[in-house]
Amino acid sequence: MSAPTKEATGSDAMVEIRSVHKSFGPLEVLRGIDLSVRAGEVTVVLGPSGSGKSTLLRTINHLEKVDQGWISVDGTLVGYRRSGNKLYELREREVLRQRTRIGFVFQNFNLFPHLTVLENVIEAPIAALGRPRKDAVAAAEKLLARVGLAEKAGAYPKQLSGGQQQRVAIARALALEPKLLLFDEPTSALDPELVGEVLDVIKDLARGGTTMIVVTHEIGFAREVADTVVFMDEGRIVEQGPPADVLDRPVQERTRAFLSKVL
Amino acid sequence: MSAQTEIHAPSLPFPPGGNAGEETPRIVPVRRTGQWAAAVVVLLLLAGALVSVVRNDAFQWGVVGEYLTTDAVLRGLGLTLWLTALVMVLGFALGTLLAVFRLSGNRVLQAVSWGYIWLFRSTPILVQLLFWFNIGALYPQILGVDTVNLLSPITVAVIGLTLHEAAYAAEVVRGGILSVERGQLEAAQSLGLGPWRRLRRIVLPQAMRSIVPPAGNMLIGTLKGTSIVSIIAVQDLLYSVQLVYHRTYEVIPLLLVATLWYVAVTSLLSIGQYYVERHYARGTAGTR
Repeated sequence: MSAPTKEATGSDAMVEIRSVHKSFGPLEVLRGIDLSVRAGEVTVVLGPSGSGKSTLLRTINHLEKVDQGWISVDGTLVGYRRSGNKLYELREREVLRQRTRIGFVFQNFNLFPHLTVLENVIEAPIAALGRPRKDAVAAAEKLLARVGLAEKAGAYPKQLSGGQQQRVAIARALALEPKLLLFDEPTSALDPELVGEVLDVIKDLARGGTTMIVVTHEIGFAREVADTVVFMDEGRIVEQGPPADVLDRPVQERTRAFLSKVL
Repeated sequence: MSAQTEIHAPSLPFPPGGNAGEETPRIVPVRRTGQWAAAVVVLLLLAGALVSVVRNDAFQWGVVGEYLTTDAVLRGLGLTLWLTALVMVLGFALGTLLAVFRLSGNRVLQAVSWGYIWLFRSTPILVQLLFWFNIGALYPQILGVDTVNLLSPITVAVIGLTLHEAAYAAEVVRGGILSVERGQLEAAQSLGLGPWRRLRRIVLPQAMRSIVPPAGNMLIGTLKGTSIVSIIAVQDLLYSVQLVYHRTYEVIPLLLVATLWYVAVTSLLSIGQYYVERHYARGTAGTR
């Protein structure tokens, strides 16, 4: 019923983005974005700052509302209900339920500083999914072990390094068992020597078949992990394709100019 | 190479290999002679004032001692304490609600909150109390009951002080909520936490760090501010000593009795505030 995506593409798309526009006041940040992400694939979004890539990511879990167009995740429209040719904005309660199926990892981690690492991870499963505390704790301990921080469960976030904090943030996002993971420049706030440990966790998730969209400046990571690389500039997708094409044989002049600066 | 060392040698305060001593030089802090002198002067002035107060018979310290722990005074103190506690709790409960209204996306609630704060902050508490005290003149009956029977002076005191307190508490709480980083709210939203859970579990505990210092200020202000209820004949600490001095004309010593109690309680509250602040600093850098 609310799945215009599957009719339209007939594919196994996890995320469909269609002619999405977004403005902040007079500034048009997204100028018509179309993008499909297939289940199990890793999509890396590159682009200069101000190109709209973070805003695009934030529209996918409705942290930003779109002005035009639509986005669907796993066949369900995000933030709206379709009836005829109209999109009705959903109530907050329904949007919150949708968000539990989409994990989001922030540039600045945004861990809850007054809660321990374990409390950070079990908060959403208990409060949003209604899991029993015992189950949530058991699952959280497994997740913390998976990101290599089993022994830090009782620590407060500020007692951890940036890399450790971001790994906790990833575990926190995974605790909801999301169908899709969104990463907003997950390593940009880290000291250079801590970038590797976070990227390793993300690579591990990619190998496990999690559908991910990663906004980043790490070209090496894109080359190694991405199924699709998307290059954005001035609110538009300039070029997209396999990393071997976009990174090594870019067709567009703007892509080439950007890559020559960051490589 | 030797030429180079010779060129640089004069600019070094401790020439390498020189005979300035093998140990690293000791650091001597600036001597704060003026500060010490000032401290002596201040202490002397303080001692002088203290001696003059103690030795001046007009203060009637004997009378102060006599009344300090009489039943009437202690009952007044008790009323002041529970009135303060009740007004703080109710005032902050209502104030938190008003702050949440003000910050909500609902325009009606925003307007209600703004209007409330505007009204109760722009009229003197004395006028508000007298107004509630005389409400029977405007509305002789409420729901068929005589207003005079419904509202005893003590009820009027609680209502009047609470409504006034809430307007200020609302602004304190609102400031606290605004001090919480925006990313915290976004993280909570992206995890699917509902508005009530976000407020109670994520935002308010972090807002407390900014709320506690001004709230402590308000608590101390309210403790002393409750003395205003003496004008509507509620027997708080101040009114209790007034009752005595209206009878005995020992005005100064009895005012000192009330003052000493206010100072004692305020001092205890200041110490308590330190521990409350330390509790809410948990999880911030430096707390290990």
